[in-house]
Amino acid sequence: MTTQDFTPRLQLQQVVKAFPGCLANDRVDLRVMPGEIHALLGENGAGKSTLVKMIFGLLRPDAGTLSWEGETVRVESPARARQLGIGMVFQHFSLFEALTVKENIALGMGNPPPMKELERQILAVEERYGLPLDPNRAVHSLSVGEKQRIEIVRCLLQNPRLLIMDEPTSVLTPQEADKLFVTLRQLRSEGCSILYISHKLDEVRQLCDAATILRGGRNVGTCVPAEETAASMAALMVGETIEVVESGVAVERGAVRLALRQVSRPAASALAVALDEISLEVHSGEIVGIAGVAGNGQAELLEALSGEWLCAADKVSLDGQGVGHLGPHKRRQRGLCFVPEERLGHGSVPEMSLHDNALLSGYSRQPFLRRGFVRQGAVKDFAREVIDRFDVRCSGFGAAAGSLSGGNLQKFIVGREVHQTPEVLVIAQPTWGVDAGAAAIIHRSLQALAAQGTAVLVVSQDLDELMLISHRIGAICGGRLSPLYQRNDLTIEEVGLLMTGTALETAGVMYAADHSRGDAHVAS
Amino acid sequence: MSESVLMLQAVALTIIGAATPLLFAALGEMVTERSGVLNLGLEGMMLIGAVAAFAATVVSGNPYLGVLAGAAAGALVALLHGLLVLSLLANQVATGLAMTLFGVGLSALLGAGFVGTTITPLPTLAIPLLADVPLLGSLLFDHNALVYLSLLLVVGLSLFIYHTRAGLILRAVGESPSSAHALGYPVIRIRYLALIFGGAMAGVGGAYLSLVSTPMWSENMTAGRGWVALALVVFASWKPGRVLAGAYMFGGVTILQLHGQGMGVSIPSQFLSMLPYLATVVVLVLISRDSVKLRENRPASLGRVFRPSA
Repeated sequence: MTTQDFTPRLQLQQVVKAFPGCLANDRVDLRVMPGEIHALLGENGAGKSTLVKMIFGLLRPDAGTLSWEGETVRVESPARARQLGIGMVFQHFSLFEALTVKENIALGMGNPPPMKELERQILAVEERYGLPLDPNRAVHSLSVGEKQRIEIVRCLLQNPRLLIMDEPTSVLTPQEADKLFVTLRQLRSEGCSILYISHKLDEVRQLCDAATILRGGRNVGTCVPAEETAASMAALMVGETIEVVESGVAVERGAVRLALRQVSRPAASALAVALDEISLEVHSGEIVGIAGVAGNGQAELLEALSGEWLCAADKVSLDGQGVGHLGPHKRRQRGLCFVPEERLGHGSVPEMSLHDNALLSGYSRQPFLRRGFVRQGAVKDFAREVIDRFDVRCSGFGAAAGSLSGGNLQKFIVGREVHQTPEVLVIAQPTWGVDAGAAAIIHRSLQALAAQGTAVLVVSQDLDELMLISHRIGAICGGRLSPLYQRNDLTIEEVGLLMTGTALETAGVMYAADHSRGDAHVAS
Repeated sequence: MSESVLMLQAVALTIIGAATPLLFAALGEMVTERSGVLNLGLEGMMLIGAVAAFAATVVSGNPYLGVLAGAAAGALVALLHGLLVLSLLANQVATGLAMTLFGVGLSALLGAGFVGTTITPLPTLAIPLLADVPLLGSLLFDHNALVYLSLLLVVGLSLFIYHTRAGLILRAVGESPSSAHALGYPVIRIRYLALIFGGAMAGVGGAYLSLVSTPMWSENMTAGRGWVALALVVFASWKPGRVLAGAYMFGGVTILQLHGQGMGVSIPSQFLSMLPYLATVVVLVLISRDSVKLRENRPASLGRVFRPSA
């Protein structure tokens, strides 16, 4: 280290930001050194996003100072931030689906060169950091990992000295995440600082040099992640010890409740994936996990399960009855509840209150209607129960769904279905963008549901999650489903292989796929 | 020259006359919609443009000032629309319909004193030499300034939308205003500009009707052309070249029904008058069947209120 390295690249002192009814940041301090990967930790709603938005010029602090390489600066716009050398990779990508990679990159630059020259620069950066990407492809045709690469390349083109990454690995496969870490370490070695927001504490321990922890909008400490355990950092974040969800709770596996039989579906459009003879069975009391990189047929499979896409009756069966020809409402009446991936729009109507949202999916099974009229009292009681049971933080059941933070809305949407104790629950991305505490609540509720005899099918990109709660795991790739394996027979790397469509047998690993049908046994 | 050739030439010229106002209004609306704003007030803006252009020409005696007045009046109504839907976040559909009703009423009120007044229409500008070429010369190079302008606009907008940075930003704002906002683009300001441009073009389209097509003012003289222009934008899947093709096709249908009536085709004239509108409905239905195709070019945020959040 040379002497100049002692001036922090970025320093925030006593930064305050208040929104109506909420103090998002209360005298927060943060110091990021040159060439340091600095983790910003905290639960959902701890004020991390607000803080980085102020650094990137999307919000202005009410009080406090921000210094950049020793000098006090005001970052009044993202353009100013880019000019200083601050780049940001957003959690929900700020990409334009209909435009090409090149156009997206040009839009994120203050003063881009002509398109030909830009293309050359993009290819040079991709080469240097090992981020292959075709500049002329339309963004909607790319995988999530590739989309993230666009954002990273866009930042790198402007030679940033601070890169802000908001939950970069939440949607990546382990292999993609490893590649990302290589890039980040290379950047660090070149002197670039990285402010890294993540919920995955193991990852933070591997990657980060220092960490600042926020709770309720305040600093609760800094630490060196390598010297901590994931549990000790989690405790700092939450302020109490999180009860660790125990995996592999022994279950008595019952009869087959949900079965798919060779479901095939042609691609509905150029952007969709065709399903290729998907068969699976989920037994009473068991949690089956489906891994996969986004865009490999999960959306199509989920539509076939929920009833948004119809097929022959016997292709999908529920407790032995063919339901393939029935829509979502009829399937719900027969006991299949469904939590979609997209919370706003698909899982809930953002402008409507929580109790109205509860009514929308609950009226099939709950006594919410009497002679066609809505029983408001019953709906509100139900919403209140869900809010209490799942610790949904909101101003009450009258709050608009869109006003909740992502994690709290997710708890409500999952809770709305789990609280009905369905016979079968199909759930997509149960804990996407949700903090450790909320994730534990959701995971425990799924386990409890399975223990009561529900068949649970989880479709997720989060492998840690699948390894934690599933009894059997398979992966979907290019519209084909791998065999399902007992969770204890798999390592996380092997699931990663399945996600790329590699059969474990050909990869030199000898495992017998679990083909047992209906014979009750104990999955440990 | 034989009579039938002259006849064909006359038909072609009237088609150009019928297509040009549609082309202006539709090109303007295409730019507006590319920014994600739906302007259902097009019909009203055309009417206001028509009456303003006519009034300015009567007062000044100069039809070019009339065109400018038409554009300014259309832009002004668009600004009002923008104030409601962009600043006050009103529903774009309801506000657009209100703008049309407002335009119908206001133009009738302002135009009441001009009914029966006559003006010198916009003169034709023959392009020297080229206009003297037999057959094609008068067909292509002997028009008023607005016809040339409309064709230049098609070329200019194609270049603008696909080959300039400003055009890229316009498309980006229409595709995902929240992403554009996150990157630091002034979404609301860009939408205002696109909307005002659309209003001005609707005004010019209206001016064409009152200064060229029928050089006089009559109440509700656009007769639904604003709605046809709106449909044209969807028909053209938001592409300038296809707007041109669509406008001339609809212009052609309009003229054919006129000639059909003239030649005494034994269909009630009301049915023939329906033809252009019927064609609009049929084409829209045919296009909407392929929802995937429709969505590929459709600005993803079209018609949605954008509330810039932090």
